[in-house]
Amino acid sequence: MLELSAAVAFSMADKHLFFTELLSMPVLDLKGRRIGRVKDAALVPREHAARIDRFLVGGPETWLTLRFDQIRTIGLDRGIELSDEQLLPYHDDEYMMRIGRDLLDQQIIDVTGRKVVRVTDVTMSLQNDGQRDILMVLEVDIGVRSMFRRLFQGVLPRRAIRRLQRRIPPNSIRWDFANVVEPDPLRRLRLNISYDKLEDMHPADLADIVEDLAPAEREAIFDSIDSESAADALSEVEDPKMQASILEALEPEKAADIVEEMSPDEAADILSELEDKTSEEILEEMDSEPKVDVQELLEFEDDTAGGLMNTEYVVLHDNATLADAMAALKGNEELLESLNTLFLIDEEEHLTAAIPLARLFLAGSTSRLKDLAAETLIQVTVDEKQDRVSEYFDKYNLLTLPVVDDEGKLAGVITADDIISILRQK
Amino acid sequence: MRKALERYRAHILVFLAVLGPGFITAMVDNDSGGIYTYSAAGAKYGYLPLWTLLPITVVLIITQEMCSRMGAVTGKGLSDLIREEFGLRITFFLMALLVLVNLTNVMTEFAGVASSLELFHISKYISVPLAAIGVWFLVVKGNYTGVEKVFLFASVIYVTYIISGFLVRPDWKSAAINSVRPILMLDSGYIYMLIGMVGTTIAPWMQFYLQSAVVEKGITVKDYAASRLEVTVGCIMTNVIAFFIIVACAGAIWRVAPKDIKDAADAAVGLKPFGEYAFLLFSAGLLNASVFAASILPLSTAYSVCEGLGFEAGVNRRMREAPVFYALYTLLIVVGAGVVLIPNFPLVKMILLSQVLNGVLLPLILIFMVLLINKRDLMGEWVNPRWFNWAAWATVVIMIGLTLALAGMSLRQGPG
Repeated sequence: MLELSAAVAFSMADKHLFFTELLSMPVLDLKGRRIGRVKDAALVPREHAARIDRFLVGGPETWLTLRFDQIRTIGLDRGIELSDEQLLPYHDDEYMMRIGRDLLDQQIIDVTGRKVVRVTDVTMSLQNDGQRDILMVLEVDIGVRSMFRRLFQGVLPRRAIRRLQRRIPPNSIRWDFANVVEPDPLRRLRLNISYDKLEDMHPADLADIVEDLAPAEREAIFDSIDSESAADALSEVEDPKMQASILEALEPEKAADIVEEMSPDEAADILSELEDKTSEEILEEMDSEPKVDVQELLEFEDDTAGGLMNTEYVVLHDNATLADAMAALKGNEELLESLNTLFLIDEEEHLTAAIPLARLFLAGSTSRLKDLAAETLIQVTVDEKQDRVSEYFDKYNLLTLPVVDDEGKLAGVITADDIISILRQK
Repeated sequence: MRKALERYRAHILVFLAVLGPGFITAMVDNDSGGIYTYSAAGAKYGYLPLWTLLPITVVLIITQEMCSRMGAVTGKGLSDLIREEFGLRITFFLMALLVLVNLTNVMTEFAGVASSLELFHISKYISVPLAAIGVWFLVVKGNYTGVEKVFLFASVIYVTYIISGFLVRPDWKSAAINSVRPILMLDSGYIYMLIGMVGTTIAPWMQFYLQSAVVEKGITVKDYAASRLEVTVGCIMTNVIAFFIIVACAGAIWRVAPKDIKDAADAAVGLKPFGEYAFLLFSAGLLNASVFAASILPLSTAYSVCEGLGFEAGVNRRMREAPVFYALYTLLIVVGAGVVLIPNFPLVKMILLSQVLNGVLLPLILIFMVLLINKRDLMGEWVNPRWFNWAAWATVVIMIGLTLALAGMSLRQGPG
């Protein structure tokens, strides 16, 4: 995109034009006779991200296409004067993003404000590059000021509207931070629309945004952002039904990529919401390691400890030392952010102790982990009811709770955030 | 056999999962204005008007089905779609009208609260403010699923009309015959009443509410079959309730002496000779219907307006995040309840005005609906089939004719 400062450098005066003012502006030929009025204007994003490239002019019989380089001047009062009056008939070009048709009144994502907004008008800057006047899209306008301008356009003179609207505070989003939503993947490519900017958002914010969109637009976003961001955002979507319908709409390979990036317990929760056929298709596309984890978890009922737990934990042998623990943590760096307990098991894989991570700081490097264990080992079996599990968290003030199978072998871990989600859903 | 049973259970589960939007919308249709219209019909003409309920049900199903289909397929509310396809000016105009119409509707609902509780000797200066505050908190402090449960429960309370219908021991035989035998009389009061019954059945706000509720509930094309069934059952239930209201008033009031009643509470009093229970149930039903509609109307209005004009909306947002939404919602309740408390406020004139505005707005909305649902780039394979379009346009034309006639007659002679 053209830098704003550079643009200002060769513009004679910093002038603005609103899209609603451009609409129905007369277009004059070389002798000053009116050819027609402006019906719409379009960007060709593959050529330039902000420059108005084409003007659609309503001629006597048909619409005509006016290229930006055929224009000499653009003025609020006079209209558009041409330097080349050979206009071609308009045909719908797939590389065109028409402001009136594709942008006005549609929903876009405000990346900085992190919300979905509806476009009421578009502010363009009017510049002169020495040969001609050029319009650049500067901001999309939302809110009351642009609404006022649009409602009264054609009713009051343009200058009067400009004067009156000054009393209303403006509400606009810079064009670089406005993300157009386009469900059709082919069109997305032609119009050069990407959702890269959304990948940097906090997953919870992105989830709020997709919750505000219609299903087709939702799927468009999940389809095109990278699997990791998609997985993070998907687990932040609150409604399990919506999570399921998003996955269902994606191609199984893409869905599998996303599910692989999720923690196994969340993945299992979502897959269990899907129809059997769809979830099998997705599982089929998954790599074998995450697939086995998820499949194991899918065996358990939703409202039991087995259904709640995840299988991402760090486990060590009974007689391991602090050095072993450090080595184990280095090998599991991706878990560190949410890890707060280590577990010990004996030869038969029976759970023997839980060690709060913080205790490692106070221990000498040769001390045996067993000696750092929490006084009482609190654990539940996989078929323990969900209500009882949350009761344990409350009663013993737990952050993590190990889950064992019928033989006492460690099967998974429930963490406090799982419990918070349950309580919130009630 | 077991397989069949399982399939049956699965169907029920899907149905319960989509239960809500269609049922609630159809029930709120029997608001205090609707109850008055049906009571007046029964009190004055006995069982004669019953035949209209069948065609009314069909018309109701046709319009409601279109809304829920649009919601399920596009995932967008009706005002969103109107804005996206027809632009800001039309949307603004429609929304301004919608606010006006619904404001007058809210007034009638609070008037319903006042008159039903005055039957129990509770002053309106106590009942109306309490109801207004209760309604405000229910929605602002609740969440959608919770509120929907309260609404579904309120829908169940309509059963009081069925019981009171039985309690007055009406003449079931003539009720049955008149339900299927159309009788037209060239009596201006009779025609006015018939038009009134159709006119109160399909209100502009219902289309907006239903479609938004379908979207909010996350109903998609996949569960659309169940959703369509839900809408249909809801519409039928609504008219079953209407049937019992008419029958109750026919059996209790018309049989003794046909007369004009001045409001729905008047009808409840007419049931008194048939036992305290019939009276109690009828007035409890009226109270429930008024409070129910009073909680949905302002909410639905605020939603539609904010969605269409692009302001943030939703009870899940904080007041600071969605100021326009909350302001509009509060204003509708405060003004709607407030005017009922003003001594000598021309409430009857307001109700007439609301019918006239209704007559202006509804045709527009129905036309936009049929235009929208036939857009292939919006609805894909879910556009109206050709035969359905015939039915839809016929419905639109009939509704336009009737509502305009109703509005015209309201202007000329006042309520029937």
